Amino acid sequence: MPLLEVKNLEVKFAMRRGDLTALRDVSFSIDKGERLGIVGESGAGKSVTAYSILNLISKPGYISGGQILFQGKDLSKLSPEEMRAIRGDGISMIFQDPMMTLNPVLTIGTQMVEVLHAHREMSDQQARAIAIEKLVQVHIPSAATRFEQYPHELSGGMRQRIVIATALLTDPLLIIADEPTTALDVTIQAEIIELLLELCESSDVGLILITHDLGVVSQVTQRVLVMYAGRIVEEGLTHGIIRNPRHPYTQGLIGALPQQTVPGGRLNQIRGVMPSLANTPSGCAFHPRCPHVTDICESVVPEYSIFDRSRVACHWVKDQLGDVSEQKINETPAP
Amino acid sequence: MTTTTWERFKDSSFYWSFRRDKVAVASLAVLCVFVAASLLAPLIAPYNPYDPTQIDLMDSEMPPVWIAEGDGRFLLGTDGQGRDLLSTILYGTRISLTIGICAVILQAILGVSIGLVAGYRGGRLDNFLMRVADIQLSFSTLMVAIIVLAVFQGLFGTELYERLAILMLILVIGIAEWPQYARTVRASVLAEKKKEYVDAVRVIGLGPMRIMFRHILPNTLSPLLVISTLQIANAIVTEAALSFLGLGMPVTKPSLGSLINSGFEFILSGVWWITIIPGVVLIILVLVMNLLGDFMRDVLNPKLYKE
Repeated sequence: MPLLEVKNLEVKFAMRRGDLTALRDVSFSIDKGERLGIVGESGAGKSVTAYSILNLISKPGYISGGQILFQGKDLSKLSPEEMRAIRGDGISMIFQDPMMTLNPVLTIGTQMVEVLHAHREMSDQQARAIAIEKLVQVHIPSAATRFEQYPHELSGGMRQRIVIATALLTDPLLIIADEPTTALDVTIQAEIIELLLELCESSDVGLILITHDLGVVSQVTQRVLVMYAGRIVEEGLTHGIIRNPRHPYTQGLIGALPQQTVPGGRLNQIRGVMPSLANTPSGCAFHPRCPHVTDICESVVPEYSIFDRSRVACHWVKDQLGDVSEQKINETPAP
Repeated sequence: MTTTTWERFKDSSFYWSFRRDKVAVASLAVLCVFVAASLLAPLIAPYNPYDPTQIDLMDSEMPPVWIAEGDGRFLLGTDGQGRDLLSTILYGTRISLTIGICAVILQAILGVSIGLVAGYRGGRLDNFLMRVADIQLSFSTLMVAIIVLAVFQGLFGTELYERLAILMLILVIGIAEWPQYARTVRASVLAEKKKEYVDAVRVIGLGPMRIMFRHILPNTLSPLLVISTLQIANAIVTEAALSFLGLGMPVTKPSLGSLINSGFEFILSGVWWITIIPGVVLIILVLVMNLLGDFMRDVLNPKLYKE
């Protein structure tokens, strides 16, 4: 049984003019100790996916269909109390901006001890010992002093380490990191990513890493989901997708990396912008921006073409595949 | 390495601004004198105004010592019943402050809880609670208090009322003014609950009560501190007004307001001190509180930084 299995998840936002669909038919799973990346542009539904796993979508959003199975339990059907027991214990979350995620008026220690008290029966001394141990684990120098300090006394990188330490307090099975490095500068980013990787590997924690940084994804994750307009358009092993993207959108994303262009030359880009939820294009949502668009793309939502360990939702890829199998050309895409 | 709270406080910009603001320092000093004097009233007052054996009607309406007919025994003169005015003022300040502070604590408990819940839950509950607050605010405090206190006196008689006067005043003023707190807290909560740290503590799995009282409330404290000082001053004035109207503290246990009232009937016959001296005390007390409140509002509001 996978650690977390999301099946046909659909999330809608109730608006005055009718519901907007933010996620459609999102299915994926993650095993114990596995690291999964979710990439996509802003508005692709990455964060909504993460929030819906923890049932934290705020009004007017709601989960309108599908299942979120964590260790076999459907999280979308739990009572608020049962959900609270899972949040922070079985599943932790790390947010984007460490300046904002720590309460400015409470000390680091108070906030960490509180997490432990919420989920475990233990004395203050025990909680303090565990908290300091975790601070040491995320390489915070003089942890006992930091324990007494307020968030404003610490730097951004330090705070993000503390947020990570807090997420690790209860030894969760799964950590969801929502763009954990976006608010940090580049050198700190590298440190934090390395730290996350190290911690996940050493304690066998599952990680869902949400980011738009393909470099980070290739460094940390084993598998990756590419999302576009609320749908998974491509899923596969990370190195496979980075080296051999199949979906035109993924190809565009990777082609847009500055490393892919001649120095001094114009950077590649995907023309157009991500459609808003209110007017998602018919058929394949990517068709207005796609270089390989055909008539069918405008009317029919593409099914997933399943490969060995990956899947792609694209008519163009499917056609190529058809050609491949019919003509028996030796150019089968690498898994 | 560990610093005590007091050392932290001494390092804070709040303390620094306080030291530089002479008005605030003077106000706090005056307020401390008042609080100390009223707390120590039984020790420092020359007479006990509640003890009928120490009162001699023959001593009534004696002017303060600096006036020719004054008597050395009574520094500020005596009131219409022969009570030493200084002692009565000390005891009266004590009653006024007690009512003011307790009424504000009651207001704060009611208002903060309602405001937190309304702001955090939002939706219909928020609408309902805030409309109740609006309705409550549309009645003036004084009107509500007059009706409630008059009805109580009428139903249960003056004797019971005199025994329960302090409690009744606290309850009435406390309940009539909670919307002030509720509105202030709700406004801050609406701003705070959108911040990411609230999402973060929800993700941690804390319950709504804990999130509201432990995480959001401390972040809304600065406006609360400001209105608290102003509300204490307000409550004292309200109590004085009610007492002046004869609905507050009885003459046997006078607050500043009932003292002013008791002297009012003599004022035209030249016996001014029974009204004027407690009046001045009341004005100074309320003034220093308002000045402190203003100071805190300026310092705690980053948008109002003064040069």
